[in-house]
Amino acid sequence: MARLLNRRPGRLAAMHLAVAPFLLIVLAYVAGSAVRLAENPNDKLLPAPASFVETAQRMAFEADKRSGDYLLWSDTAASLERLGLGLAAGVAIGLVLGIAIGLLPYVTAALRALVAVVSVVPPLALLPILFIVFGLGETGKVVLIIVGIAPFLVRDVALRVGEIPNEQLIKAQTLGASTWQIVTRVVLPQILPRLVDAVRLSLGPAWLFLIASEAIAATDGLGYRIFLVRRYLAMDVIIPYVAWITLLAYTMDLGLRSLSRRAFPWAVTGDSRS
Amino acid sequence: MSLISVRNVWKTYGDDVVLERLNLEVERHEFCSIVGASGCGKTTFLRMLLSQERPSRGEILLDGEPMDEEPNPDRGVVFQRYSVFPHLTVQDNVIVGLEFQQSRLLGRLFGAARRRAVEQAEEMIEAVGLTRARAAYPASLSGGMQQRLAIAQALMRRPKILLLDEPFGALDPGTRAAMHELILRLWRSTGMTIFLVTHDLSEGFQLGTRLLVFDKVRVDPDAPGAYGARVTYDLRLKQRPFDAPGDTVPDPADDGVAATAAVPLANAQAAPA
Repeated sequence: MARLLNRRPGRLAAMHLAVAPFLLIVLAYVAGSAVRLAENPNDKLLPAPASFVETAQRMAFEADKRSGDYLLWSDTAASLERLGLGLAAGVAIGLVLGIAIGLLPYVTAALRALVAVVSVVPPLALLPILFIVFGLGETGKVVLIIVGIAPFLVRDVALRVGEIPNEQLIKAQTLGASTWQIVTRVVLPQILPRLVDAVRLSLGPAWLFLIASEAIAATDGLGYRIFLVRRYLAMDVIIPYVAWITLLAYTMDLGLRSLSRRAFPWAVTGDSRS
Repeated sequence: MSLISVRNVWKTYGDDVVLERLNLEVERHEFCSIVGASGCGKTTFLRMLLSQERPSRGEILLDGEPMDEEPNPDRGVVFQRYSVFPHLTVQDNVIVGLEFQQSRLLGRLFGAARRRAVEQAEEMIEAVGLTRARAAYPASLSGGMQQRLAIAQALMRRPKILLLDEPFGALDPGTRAAMHELILRLWRSTGMTIFLVTHDLSEGFQLGTRLLVFDKVRVDPDAPGAYGARVTYDLRLKQRPFDAPGDTVPDPADDGVAATAAVPLANAQAAPA
């Protein structure tokens, strides 16, 4: 009898095992919903799966009576725009500051302590300030995402830059490279795969801050919709929306992972951890 | 005029003296092996030659001028590890030096300029025997191949001096012998000056035209850092014929020291100074 830690599932078994917990959750829901609906056909808490399909169809393919929008799509577009802007700005800040802090001793001396302090400020505590300063429009929401993820990205990039062996930087100098050339040809390309990983890790917080700011002050967006219909206990809207957000987030993660694998072949051969 | 003059150089870290009173003249096309116990400042000396560190006292002259304060293409280097760029293929690793030189802003060459660089690189890649691995990334190369790549990369900018910091330390004996042959061949054909730091005394004898032994002359048991190392032996080994026809392999017959030093060390030490 082999030890438990030496027993491995085969390919097929592993696939079944991976699907099983999802199936269990769905089954538990369907069963619970059936029990509650049998007792009270108007139960709001666990609506029947069929009502999800119905609601999803209404949200996605029927124009809203008041605004004439297809709500699911207009909400998705609004949210993704905020998320995209926030992520793009956060990544840009992370790259520029991170590389500068990791590579240039003067910038390290000037900024490392500041970044360390800023990164422990809870971004949501800053939300009122952001709304006061930037108003209730798009800027505040995007800035919240930036404030939420940029410090982490800056520190992560700076750490990765620090991990580049000094030998490489010396070698580049003996080949005549300037600071700028070292940044663009030696540091940046080696940081990119790590950056993609860091962005994958910050997708969670980014969504969190997006939903939070939309919940508090917005007129559209996925988070806005969820918190709006919460007042009517409309689980038949909330649950499909949550599932949709999950799908979007998971697709982004998957996309970034495959991008990393295809764009940086040298990192895959070199780093078995990926 | 000698290529390198080391004039009364000291290196201290706080109260710890690593090197003291170094005086050295090194001629063009010398092959200096530097040996010594661990922690006796061999690598520190190499770093000073590279401008990675500065002498605490004294000065190092290159061609009679004080050396540049930063590493520059005058002095190429091969470290024991991490000398090549993992994100570039073999070919790109070799041409990157030309790209740094010819494209200040982008650090990249395109079109005809790139084709010319690739042609030059081709020759160098062939000289180190990596033609078949041209498109491979360093991670998929063996240790010996990575070091050959590092050497080819360093030589593309035609440095006056090549600094080797235990470059063969991590290689198995067979590979190491092949690397010795390669480095001697390149040394002869380029006419550069080489400094080789090594733990391996026989390697030092076998390759060098000159052997520098770093050691502490004075030791205070109560304060190990009080005195630094100096060059305790400076042996001129037999001069090798520079441009002997067809000598791709060091020939035991006319390479007295190089051949015999590997086995009986005492014998080699008696070589004419």
